[in-house]
Amino acid sequence: MTTTADMTASAPKGRPVRAKLGRDDFVMRGYMLMIAAYLVIALALPLYAMLSKSFSTYTFDLGAYEFQVSDEEGRFGAPPVSAEALNSELGAVAPDDLATSADGRLPATSFFPDFSFRSPVKYRIRGTDSDAVYLVGSERRTGTEWTELTSNDFRRVMLRPAAKRGFENYVTYFSTPALFRSIQNSLLIAVISTVITVSLAFCFAYALNRSCMRFKGLFRLIAVAPILVPSLLPGIALVYLFGNQGMIKGLLMGESIYGPIGIVIGSVFFTFPHAMIIITTALAIADARLYEAAVSLKASRWKTFWTVTIPGARYGLISAAFVVFNLVITDFGLPKVIGGQYNMLAVDIYKQVIGQQNFEMGAVVSVVLLVPAVIAFTVDRIVQKRQVALLSTRSVPYQPTPNSRFDWLCFAYCGLVAVFIVGLLAVCQYAALIKFWPYDLSLSLKNYAFDLMDGGGWDSYYNSIQMALLTAVIGTFVVFTGAYMVEKTRGFGTGRALFQLLAMLPMAIPGMVLGLAYIFFFNDPDNPLNPVYGTMAILVICTVTHFYTVSHLTAVTALKQMDTEFESVAASLKQPFYKLFTRVTVPVCLPSVLDISIYLFVNAMTTVSAVVFLYSPTTTLASVAVLNMDDAGDIAPAAAMGMMIFYTNAGARLLHVLISKRVLARTQAWRTR
Amino acid sequence: MTLFNKLLAAAAVGVLGVSGAVAQTELTVYTAVEAEDLKRYAETFNAEHPDININWVRDSTGIVTAKLLAEKNNPQADVVWGLAATSLLLLKSEGMLEAYAPAGVDKLDPKFVDNSTPPAWVGMDAWVASVCYNTVEAGKLGLPVPTSWKDLTDPVYKGHLIMPNPNSSGTGFLDVSSWLQMFGEEGGWAYMDALHENIARYTHSGSKPCKLAAAGEIPIGISFAFRGAKSKAAGAPLEIIVPSEGVGWDMEATAIVAGTANLEAAKTLVDWSITQKANEMYNTGYAVVAMPGVAKPVEHFPEGLLDAMIQNDFEWAANNRKAILAEWQKRYDAKSEPKS
Repeated sequence: MTTTADMTASAPKGRPVRAKLGRDDFVMRGYMLMIAAYLVIALALPLYAMLSKSFSTYTFDLGAYEFQVSDEEGRFGAPPVSAEALNSELGAVAPDDLATSADGRLPATSFFPDFSFRSPVKYRIRGTDSDAVYLVGSERRTGTEWTELTSNDFRRVMLRPAAKRGFENYVTYFSTPALFRSIQNSLLIAVISTVITVSLAFCFAYALNRSCMRFKGLFRLIAVAPILVPSLLPGIALVYLFGNQGMIKGLLMGESIYGPIGIVIGSVFFTFPHAMIIITTALAIADARLYEAAVSLKASRWKTFWTVTIPGARYGLISAAFVVFNLVITDFGLPKVIGGQYNMLAVDIYKQVIGQQNFEMGAVVSVVLLVPAVIAFTVDRIVQKRQVALLSTRSVPYQPTPNSRFDWLCFAYCGLVAVFIVGLLAVCQYAALIKFWPYDLSLSLKNYAFDLMDGGGWDSYYNSIQMALLTAVIGTFVVFTGAYMVEKTRGFGTGRALFQLLAMLPMAIPGMVLGLAYIFFFNDPDNPLNPVYGTMAILVICTVTHFYTVSHLTAVTALKQMDTEFESVAASLKQPFYKLFTRVTVPVCLPSVLDISIYLFVNAMTTVSAVVFLYSPTTTLASVAVLNMDDAGDIAPAAAMGMMIFYTNAGARLLHVLISKRVLARTQAWRTR
Repeated sequence: MTLFNKLLAAAAVGVLGVSGAVAQTELTVYTAVEAEDLKRYAETFNAEHPDININWVRDSTGIVTAKLLAEKNNPQADVVWGLAATSLLLLKSEGMLEAYAPAGVDKLDPKFVDNSTPPAWVGMDAWVASVCYNTVEAGKLGLPVPTSWKDLTDPVYKGHLIMPNPNSSGTGFLDVSSWLQMFGEEGGWAYMDALHENIARYTHSGSKPCKLAAAGEIPIGISFAFRGAKSKAAGAPLEIIVPSEGVGWDMEATAIVAGTANLEAAKTLVDWSITQKANEMYNTGYAVVAMPGVAKPVEHFPEGLLDAMIQNDFEWAANNRKAILAEWQKRYDAKSEPKS
């Protein structure tokens, strides 16, 4: 190492001076590349597999079949004729109708207009190459040997499509109204929910930041509660409140909760905390000097609101809007439970894959869903960058002054919101304890006998906890070390920029899309990673990847607060980076590390969309059980399981707070001298 | 148990590196049988074959079918025990099933055996379409008791009917394909056009309509008799109606997945799955089983169910499935507005 300086000094003149890379640099770059490779394998490659699946089409290849027809005595005198020749002569099947799905079947008799199953005429069929597939009844046949059939059997002959590549799936998608109308539905619901949620959340955040009302802490706690439950739980609560046997269905005045109304109310519930947190942050950094200026200029409260408050929070508002929009448009659980006949994109993916086993069309819908999600994500990123720039070192934090009328108004409003949130959760808990709604209202625990329900089982609950713990531990490790390497590695600019881009990508990918992409990628027998399919590992990988971005950003923010001098000092003391990392960086960043782990834990408990395609019988999850039990009509047990997730997450949060306090007292004492 | 089987099982254990007192073969069995029946099925089977351990993979019909198709080139299952015959026909046409004539297959009703020789699958029991009618809620709304499918198109039922979406539910497809077979292509679609006017919404699963009827959420649910009987037993004010024109049905069936590494054990299981004992076991929940003369009446099952079962052409249903579903989606799924 001592020779480094000598060598740099003796370098020939005119060559740019570059820091020589030490062992640490190579190790750090190597590690960074490893995490990057993880992201490529767990994200980029599956997405590529999905994209390529969406172009995999099935077409009847008429040139691949030949027929021969006998005379009345069963003698085959006429020359063989291909299905293609017959079709060009008859026009029996239009060229557009040749495109089909993997499950397509074309009756061979379509090419014989005067076919009669009673006729003594015999038929022969063969493929012109060995890949041509046809069915006799349900028997699969291939090959270039003739198959001879009586008329009665020939009517059971079905041609099967051959796999090709092309745009036919997209053409089919956009020419099927039932499918492409979902785009409009999804956009509409997302826009309406966004407007409502952001308005409500803004008022709530405003009350928290700008009033002197009481119980702020409690309100804040209640407002974030929806994060702790799967998005489909509010749907279940709404069924009990506004369904045909609902407790207060009269409030809907004859409108049905199953459809847009239900989706919007539920969406507001589960996206509220996300919007509230973002807007609170935006309002919290307001500069008190601007308000002082407004007062001295004798501006009215109203005018101050529009000229100071709103412009100050505008990036927060825009950011919240796009986050909510993204959450709603990619959510699958809620419209599945309460959407009725109102088709949404994310549910279409599920219906195509699970209902019709049409994986190709599922991939097409996924690609369609990617478009708005990616746009919303990009706008959000751009806006969030600007928000940071607003905060200057000279800012003075705003302190609200008591105003009893305004404070009471705020209190009443927050109280209403709190009743809405607690109310929906309470309804679920109540429903879970009722024996047989609405005929037997006695209390019982029979809805907790999950093992007797289709799609349920206590095992799924334990699996979920195991999965969430693994996700929290492994995810926090991967994310934080990855963020450290990308922040603290010297040089290597292009590589680091690429890594940052990769780390941002997961947020733009809807869970359904990620899950489906995983099927295509990991279930391919040629993939060496195939054994992962159907295990707990794939669920953990998928969940870590799905929630990578927010965790990564949290880690990066914490690491950015640490001066690079630490690295310089460590280097001059000849300490390897890992010693610095474990002795200084991790303890200093511990609050963020704990935040990342609880974030991953809670989301792993509640996520449905990413894992619904990936769980196996031994790795069923509680959140999926809620979905499946509701699907089978066991709504009360679904509510019971949903509330189990809530209590578990609430418990985890509480534990998180306690641990944070203890650990922080030990590691963060230096912050408060 | 033959010496060969014992050796085979022992070899399997050796390979897996598991050491135990009893040699065990692990069989991965995919199924759509109701969760609460699985334990009983495995226990009854293990009473005679303790050396074969069943690892259940249970999900709804659509999901199990999707899973099997997705794993086409890399099958994970050894046996499919309890999946709709229409699904098994689909797998058969993909060449995914190992044809095998289990010992004693001749004792089964030929209707319940695949028509290839050797058969690709053998039936267990039938599940039959029915209408679940909530007497309490229907009474409140003044809805008459329907006796036929045609009755259900009466405008009086508008918004009070619910049925499964055939695109996601096997039961829904069974209804649609039975109407098309009973009323003919044109008549069937005309019937569904009229019925659609009364349907509140289409559910994803086949059991949900009956459970919703049981809970009074929607008074009349088009579902299957087995589900209705269970809800009735649980205390729901239900009447299970067998429409007079006849009812569609599908069967649960068993097949060996081609390429299984445990072929002998798989054969043992399939052999057992058609024994009288197994059929008696199916009879606990299903009124119609594959072996004639075994079935005893099941509590809460409607009378005349057996006679009402239509001549179901499974092959026709499987081969026209895609076309039927596309037509259904075009007609009814595009109307996205909920009606009530």
